[in-house]
Amino acid sequence: MPVSSVLPVLALLPSALAVPLIVLSRRRPALRETWSVLAAVSQTLIVMAMVPVVLSGVAPISRPLSLAPGIPLELRADAAGVFFALVASTLWILTTIYSIGYTRAERERRQTRYFAAFAVCLFATVGIALAGNLLTFYVFYELLTVGGYPLVIHRETPEAVRAGRVYLAYTLGGGVALLAAVAWTVALAGHGTFTAGGFLSASGASPVVLWVLGVLFVVGCGVKAAILPLHTWLPLAMVAPTPVSALLHAVAVVKAGVFGLVRVTGFVFGADLLADLGAGRALAWLAAATIVLASLAALAQDNLKRLLAFSTIGQLSYVVLGVALGPRDAFTGGVMHMASHALMKITLFFCAGAIAATAHLDRVSQLTGIGRRMPLTMGAFALAAFMLAGLPPGAGFVSKWLLLLGGLEASAWVGVAALLASTLLNIAYFAPIVVRAWMPAASPGVVAEAPATMLVPLLVTALAALAVGVAPDALAPLLTLARAAAGGP
Amino acid sequence: MNYPYWVAVALLMLGLYTMIAHRNLMKKVIGMTIFQTAIILFFLVLATKREAALPIVPPGAVDPRAFMNPLPHALMLTAIVVMVATTGVALAILIRLHALYGTLEEDVLAERMAQPEAGVAPPP
Amino acid sequence: MRAHLPILPLLISLTGALVIPLVGFAWRRLCWPLAVAAAGAASAAAIAGVGEVVARGARRYPVGGWAPPWGIELVLDPLSAFSAAAVATVATCALLASGPGATRAYGMALPAFYSLALIALTGFLGIIASGDMFNVFVFLEIAAIATYGLVASAGGPALAAAFRYIVLGTVGASFYLFGVGCLYALTGTLNMADLSARLPATSASPLLVGGIAFAGVGLAIKMGLFPLHGWLPDAYTHAPAPITAFIAGVGTKAAAYAMARTMLYVVHRPDLPVTTALAWAGGVAIIAGGVMAARQSDARRLLAYSSVSQLGYIAVGIGLANEAGLAGAYLHLLNHAVMKALLFVAVGAALLRGGRPWLPALGLDRTMPLTAACVVVGALSIVGVPPAGGFFSKWYLIRGALDAGEPLLVAALLAGGLLAVVYMYRLTEAVWIGGAAQGAGGREAPASVLACLVLLAGLTIAAGLASATLVDTILVPAARGAL
Repeated sequence: MPVSSVLPVLALLPSALAVPLIVLSRRRPALRETWSVLAAVSQTLIVMAMVPVVLSGVAPISRPLSLAPGIPLELRADAAGVFFALVASTLWILTTIYSIGYTRAERERRQTRYFAAFAVCLFATVGIALAGNLLTFYVFYELLTVGGYPLVIHRETPEAVRAGRVYLAYTLGGGVALLAAVAWTVALAGHGTFTAGGFLSASGASPVVLWVLGVLFVVGCGVKAAILPLHTWLPLAMVAPTPVSALLHAVAVVKAGVFGLVRVTGFVFGADLLADLGAGRALAWLAAATIVLASLAALAQDNLKRLLAFSTIGQLSYVVLGVALGPRDAFTGGVMHMASHALMKITLFFCAGAIAATAHLDRVSQLTGIGRRMPLTMGAFALAAFMLAGLPPGAGFVSKWLLLLGGLEASAWVGVAALLASTLLNIAYFAPIVVRAWMPAASPGVVAEAPATMLVPLLVTALAALAVGVAPDALAPLLTLARAAAGGP
Repeated sequence: MNYPYWVAVALLMLGLYTMIAHRNLMKKVIGMTIFQTAIILFFLVLATKREAALPIVPPGAVDPRAFMNPLPHALMLTAIVVMVATTGVALAILIRLHALYGTLEEDVLAERMAQPEAGVAPPP
Repeated sequence: MRAHLPILPLLISLTGALVIPLVGFAWRRLCWPLAVAAAGAASAAAIAGVGEVVARGARRYPVGGWAPPWGIELVLDPLSAFSAAAVATVATCALLASGPGATRAYGMALPAFYSLALIALTGFLGIIASGDMFNVFVFLEIAAIATYGLVASAGGPALAAAFRYIVLGTVGASFYLFGVGCLYALTGTLNMADLSARLPATSASPLLVGGIAFAGVGLAIKMGLFPLHGWLPDAYTHAPAPITAFIAGVGTKAAAYAMARTMLYVVHRPDLPVTTALAWAGGVAIIAGGVMAARQSDARRLLAYSSVSQLGYIAVGIGLANEAGLAGAYLHLLNHAVMKALLFVAVGAALLRGGRPWLPALGLDRTMPLTAACVVVGALSIVGVPPAGGFFSKWYLIRGALDAGEPLLVAALLAGGLLAVVYMYRLTEAVWIGGAAQGAGGREAPASVLACLVLLAGLTIAAGLASATLVDTILVPAARGAL
């Protein structure tokens, strides 16, 4: 039941205000970092305030201005949106704390630009999460592209600039496809408002038109969601500082892409229309292929962050698989995986960054014995890797179980096979790292963990992932929200 | 027959051709003048009628149909002024070009202009 | 005063043009502030005109009290009011930025420079306000002659560029005049409203078709519509840096306005392929301009070809001739003027601080961060990233193309966006990461230039956020007047 409220717009304010404040405080790092943390905390609090409202069936809506005649800038808090916003906001807090430690340890330059761009990205992410119609979604989606660029090229090395170029080429190119899809949908259906169960079937468009629309949407969102073959930018973007890779390329940017697909499949097309067209099945096949091929590619990587990047590509397609299959359990599992993967992957990235900053190592082959020098870090790594493989108890298991249930219900044997294969492959590429970490090293170093600002966030996320695995609704009603997202408003 | 119109169009084409085909800038200006004059002629021909008097109204009752249409003449006065002004600017530019580069032939001019000025780095 | 709003903007700017030489030869330092003041007052009058039209509806203004169709008449309707406000505001900002550069470059000739600039502005405002076909020609040429002088004043290669501009511009204006002559021969009137009433609704006599064709080609040359854009790249590249933003931002928009006015409001012939030709020429212009822009290494030439591409957008919008398409075209008149002026002022600022216009040498980031940031805003607008204004005009154009059922035009519009990414990325990368060693160094741009940049950047975003209001209150009524 939609109710006009100021809360959704309010959720955008902290990050919006943070940007000028951070820029103005550029000569006082402590103040600058305070603004970032404050903004992250207040954003999380506002989003959390919306959770009980949404769960009770009320959907707060803000329409602060009009984007085009008949199409307002609409921010609607529904279950899926609040879910995504919550995950992104809480992880922003942890990433900011981690960033403070990391940028100090690595002595990064241009920190003002860094923290300001982070704020812009989180502004865009909350906007994407809470967007109530396609045009609003598109506006924030492109803003996220723009905000992410300074972070990718942060170090301004030739590889970073090249990675930035590839990033822009892919994301802006995908943006063009998305624009075509959005404009066409609005032209066909007369509006672009997200509706549970989809609204395109009522537009009376022919199946061919709907298929082309579907392809445009998949290309548009698929770049950020790193679906094969649009994934190329993600491993290259690993050249960015680790907190960037952690938050943006494990949580914000890529999750925005899969969230776009969540919206498109669940709230624009609808499960029934997808099944009728056969498009759901096609998307599921694409997701399955991505899962398997990306996991295979991860096996071959020596650079730790690139390995994590390919792992991310595979894991993201879990979400795509879930929303493409159709049954409610699969959809719930897909949405839930957005959160569980975020927690687990961010832990892994935090660990990689801690190792890079403290021991100055970035290759798997160099990690022999690191577990003895940084036991807490590697412990968290091992725990997160274990959960990512989908083994119980762990956050990964919760979502994977739901996905498997949904896959079986839809008789999607390929999808089920891909999920099971992925479990094995995950173990295959993580186990060697974990085992190697505890082998005796040639020259054992002294136990030297990362600074507390880096260590605490990664322990928090690791334990949070475990908590979510054991009791999914313990920390925040994540599973309830995911179920609500799948089941209707 | 509409000879005057044909003449006007012929002059138009002549002027256009001169502007495009000749390489000497002065000749382009001449062509431009011919071109604009042709259009002025076109309008003036529009204004004429058979056995019409000049449009100066004598005292007493008048039949407007006995006079030429004065409006195109008035318009063309403006157009002539425009033509003169444009030609003036063009000639001023030609004088300056000649002073700087010593030629008014388009191709020679292009060559002499392409030589790098001191201190300006050409594009890589 | 309110009764005279239609003529006020151009009267103010003409007065300024006449006063500046008188005052300026005695007190040279007053030239620039006077010019900005005159342009600013003209903007205020133009914006008041917009308010007037929204509140009280369209108005016709017979100059000197002579009633049409014998007298010349000015028109204040949604389209002309909006275009005049857009042109005057961008001109004011551009003139604001011109001060430091012009003072340094012109010395004794400064009064002449600003007088010419204001004459050009009078010409542009006159084109927009005019309700009589021949009057449009007169103001076209007033603006053109002033612009020829402004372009030529940079000396050297600018002289050749100006000469080429003169030749092509004269051909364009003369073709337009010839077309008007044909239409006059057919109907006996030059007044726009009268003409549109009297033009035969169904005949396709050679005189009618010829007249429309000549007028169309003439205006297309003036507008810089591909492939008749030959004068544009050289003129924008070699024009003196202080005035390029003004010429580039404003000049072609007035001609585009004239094209829209003539082809849609005066010549109501959906059966003739006028609008189709415009739409397809526009589509080709988008792609050709974009491709050429991507190959340039001189920043000014890159922006010039970008203008060719963006004018294609406007032509497509006019050619679509439906509500959304026209709204998009008119909105793009404003958006492109703002963003192109912004980018040219930024490049001018870099040149002012010792940079060179070649892309690798344009690095601004270290010493001129605000300028560089404004370049980013301009680039985002040209690429069409929300919430910058350029996105919204593209949105309406795409909707218009979809409504008209023209998938190829939709593809051209989207491809234009992709090409814009390529060339704008090259420019932005050069500005942010380019060789700071060879590039602009020292201090940030002068205060007036910075003020202009910030104003234009803000206007870009504001135009974007307010676009729905603009479309609803002004542009859709303007479009409806043509349909």
